[in-house]
Amino acid sequence: MSDNVAAGGPDINLPAHRHPHPGLHSHFETMEQQREAGTLGIWVFLATEILFFGGLFACYVEMRAIHYQGFQVGSHLLERNFGAAMTFILLASSFTMAMAVHSARTGSRRLLVVFLVLTIVLGAAFLGIKFTEYGQKWHEHLVPGFNFQPTSEQLKGAPAGNVEMFLCFYFFMTGLHALHMIIGIGILTVMTILGLKGRINADRYSYIEVSGLYWHFVDIIWIYLFPLLYLVGGR
Amino acid sequence: MTPSLSGILLQGGFNLRPASASTMAPDVDHLYFILTGISIFFSVLIFGLILYFMIKYRKRSDAIPPPTRMSIPLEVTWIVIPVLICAFLFVRASAVFVHYQDPPSGSLEIFVVGKQWMWHIQHSEGPREINQLHIPIGVPIKLTMTSQDVIHDFFVPAFRQKMDVVPGRYTTEWFQATQLGTYHFFCSQYCGTSHSGMIGWVTVMKPEDYAGWLRSNATPESSAVAGRRLFSQFGCEGCHAPDGAGKGPSLTGIFGKTAALENGETRTVDEGFIRQMIVNPASLPVSNYPQIMPTFSGQLDEEQIMQLVAYIKSLGGTEGSK
Amino acid sequence: MSASVAEIPVESRVHYLNVDYGIKSWLFTTDHKRIALLYLGSITLMFFIGGIAALMMRLNLLEPNGAIVNPETYNKLFSMHGIVMVWFFLVPSIPATLGNFLVPLMIGARDVAFPKLNLLSWYIFIIGACFTLYAVISGGVDTGWTFYTPLSSLYLTTHVLAAASGIFITGFSSILTGLNFIVTIHRMRAPGLTWFRLPLFIWSLYATSVIFVLATPVLATTLMLVGLERVFHAGFFDPRLGGDPILFEHLFWFYSHPAVYIMILPAMGVISELITAFSKKRIFGYKAIAYSSMAIALVGFFVWGHHMFVSGQSAYAGLIFSALSFAVAIPSSVKVFNWTATLYKGSISYDAPMLYALGFIGLFTMGGLTGLFLASMAVDVHVHDTYFVIAHFHYIMVGGAVMGYLGGIHFWWPKITGRLYPDVWARLAAVTIFLGFNLTFFPQYILGYLGMPRRFAMYPPEFQALNVLSTAGASILGIGYFIPFIYLLWSIRYGPVAPANPWGAKGLEWERAPSPPPKENFEEIPVVTEGAYMYGNPESYNV
Repeated sequence: MSDNVAAGGPDINLPAHRHPHPGLHSHFETMEQQREAGTLGIWVFLATEILFFGGLFACYVEMRAIHYQGFQVGSHLLERNFGAAMTFILLASSFTMAMAVHSARTGSRRLLVVFLVLTIVLGAAFLGIKFTEYGQKWHEHLVPGFNFQPTSEQLKGAPAGNVEMFLCFYFFMTGLHALHMIIGIGILTVMTILGLKGRINADRYSYIEVSGLYWHFVDIIWIYLFPLLYLVGGR
Repeated sequence: MTPSLSGILLQGGFNLRPASASTMAPDVDHLYFILTGISIFFSVLIFGLILYFMIKYRKRSDAIPPPTRMSIPLEVTWIVIPVLICAFLFVRASAVFVHYQDPPSGSLEIFVVGKQWMWHIQHSEGPREINQLHIPIGVPIKLTMTSQDVIHDFFVPAFRQKMDVVPGRYTTEWFQATQLGTYHFFCSQYCGTSHSGMIGWVTVMKPEDYAGWLRSNATPESSAVAGRRLFSQFGCEGCHAPDGAGKGPSLTGIFGKTAALENGETRTVDEGFIRQMIVNPASLPVSNYPQIMPTFSGQLDEEQIMQLVAYIKSLGGTEGSK
Repeated sequence: MSASVAEIPVESRVHYLNVDYGIKSWLFTTDHKRIALLYLGSITLMFFIGGIAALMMRLNLLEPNGAIVNPETYNKLFSMHGIVMVWFFLVPSIPATLGNFLVPLMIGARDVAFPKLNLLSWYIFIIGACFTLYAVISGGVDTGWTFYTPLSSLYLTTHVLAAASGIFITGFSSILTGLNFIVTIHRMRAPGLTWFRLPLFIWSLYATSVIFVLATPVLATTLMLVGLERVFHAGFFDPRLGGDPILFEHLFWFYSHPAVYIMILPAMGVISELITAFSKKRIFGYKAIAYSSMAIALVGFFVWGHHMFVSGQSAYAGLIFSALSFAVAIPSSVKVFNWTATLYKGSISYDAPMLYALGFIGLFTMGGLTGLFLASMAVDVHVHDTYFVIAHFHYIMVGGAVMGYLGGIHFWWPKITGRLYPDVWARLAAVTIFLGFNLTFFPQYILGYLGMPRRFAMYPPEFQALNVLSTAGASILGIGYFIPFIYLLWSIRYGPVAPANPWGAKGLEWERAPSPPPKENFEEIPVVTEGAYMYGNPESYNV
């Protein structure tokens, strides 16, 4: 409870305040305040990310409604199996991430590091598949703005411009998502190092909690991207 | 050299509003007067109270005045009264807008194409103008407009009317002139370098003078006849045979009908529908017909498309589309 | 009146300005007060750049055929004026300067929740400004501040990408500031400081921060899409490729309408502080004003279509947007009435901050009322994209937001610098600004109804008289803005030393911190036992 009504709040002039916790930043009064600030901060940040991707989703949804045929053809050009594999990998990585946070809370440093490393490996696997996909599209001459030359079997009668627009969305939205993944892996690497040094433990786990929330959010964005991009129109 | 201020003021007269030259103008001006009256009232009230309090309650000593008692009834009053005023304004203004929303049936139709940085006007009888619009007085005029490049806007201050002119679709505006004369029209959506040069004159004439103007500016083809020529030149009659024996529907009488699309939607066959069908047929899969119509995007310019539209309309059909 | 602060002469006291010297202590500071001053310097520079553009525009409009520049240059001038003034001056003005300085002080905290993010947000602002200034120096951009497609995405050959990138980057600065404020206000209030004891300035910044955080990301997305369109011809907004130019308008205005509330809400918060301090009265209708800030933030997200009544948007959508636009006017009018009522039976002094505040109330009222004209669809059809709209938003942005900003700067200047400025010059400047402003922009209402479109480098000769009047006003306004620049700078060195509470105002920043405050703001975190603006005899507060 941080509302601290005068009568019932913590006495901030007690000796505990004079000898602060080593992790307490000087502008906060208590560790609890610091932790709650961090949690609220990451939730507000995630809200901005929702609006950020949300604008893109809105644009995509309108264009798909207008150019359904072209978007359907474009979607069929994507490898559904790759998409499914990536989804499964990310879901697994969210599980290992949750286990990492749990390990931090229960104070087991070894498990924390193990689960963090697993999450990073799964994230890297996701990115590996994604970049393989991009490479494949490059070989197939389907990258808008660079070498977009679809064959007529690929187009199946849909206007080339609409298929190209779909692929623009594909590359941009998955690329933006991949950028967030790369940043996430960077953050988790830092967390792993901090974990190895013992700086994350049962008393100081707000960093790992915040990282966990970020990772789960990036996962959720993919959960929306996968059906929107890969599963247009069934087969 | 900056001319003298008094010289300018004496020269141009001092108007507060443009000529009121359409059926809509007096209604819009009326609303404007009501709004101005309300604004003056509240501005004077607030400025007046501020000045009065500033003077009457100016600081005379260091004594702190006692607080004023909070008054819920007062708060409620000054929420409810503005709400009532706003509701009143909303209803009045919306009524005027909705009243003038749809052009009356039987409007004289004129096509407008805006492009950087000029206006091409196409009368259905054939005459064309650039940066000029001649119209008869007392007749509702419906402009069907599109842009060949960026968004423009066709604004006639004397008629109190404007509408954006958007590439890729038709927009319409209509007005009925009530006064003879010439009036400015402006482009009023910023469109690049010569945006402020994209202006012209509307000339309102007596109907017999308008007819005379049409005759003296006659062209070999009316829009519909030009459209007929394009219809055959681009091979449309191959699929759209008049007896319906081709792969596509006959277009006789089709204008104004409702088309059912494969995804269950229905659309009215109006000018915009026809344009979209010519330019992007894949986006309008009409039920019961094979989706084989090719796109003519890039092969026909906007004025040619308007001529085709005029031709198809001339094949008969129901009015009443926007 | 002042509580327990020792009145040690400022020269021998250590405070946030003299605790550390040297450029590194400024460029690597995490002290919210120093970051506020870094912002203050940056946005003042941007204000002058935007102001020079405005001056050149008004000079050009002295003649119907353009007096000093050709149309291409004029188009660049109004675009740069809009872009710089909106994103690099108005949006950050009060939140990043006064907000950064005052939020921790007003709530009894030592800093904001994330001081390093705060410094980062300033650096992001500077990087964004550099991109935009590059666009200015390398020939300018002529998209208009609204970047409508397909003009900006396909047809223009100027440095659209540089300008769009600058705005995109600076957007993140806003997002971080908003995030910081939300967390700070939620979690770092002093003991006893419940929500309804907060100063109304904090409420207004909280509402502003909600808009920062929710609206700005959509602008980022929109600008990215324009960039993609320009570089890769993606076709989102190009009809020839199946795109929809109106989609851009929806995305753009979804951000840009809430953005105007970002620009006015903080100024309204400042006014609440000024009115109470200079009439020595508790604000009338505290909760009404607090709730109205939140209502404006919320409803403001749902009115964007009133910029698009003549875009080809459906009439039904238009009616809904029109109704909601009328609705959003109500909370603002509630504030105006409450401020006016606060003056009743007060003890009103005529210091410069109060002159700005009183001017604000009048001019904001006029600007807000003309908003009703624009919400009325039938009238808007006539005045959309004319000088009427320009007059409307300048009444709110300049007559409102800028005057609120200047009033706040003058009010808190002693707290920020520890110096007093010459009051005579300050009042003279305030009056000059008020008069110059009205002469500049009132004729534009008339010009607009007469039909003069906006963004016109040249105009028909019958509009000249009003244009000349407007330019005359602009010169007076320009002089008015220049005067405070001089005496405020002068006061830093030569002004009389300020006491902790020169105005005798209520508030933690006045009563519990010296002028200027020490780096950690308070020796001990205060415990709050009363509400805001409790002027006068405490026993009489049984109302």
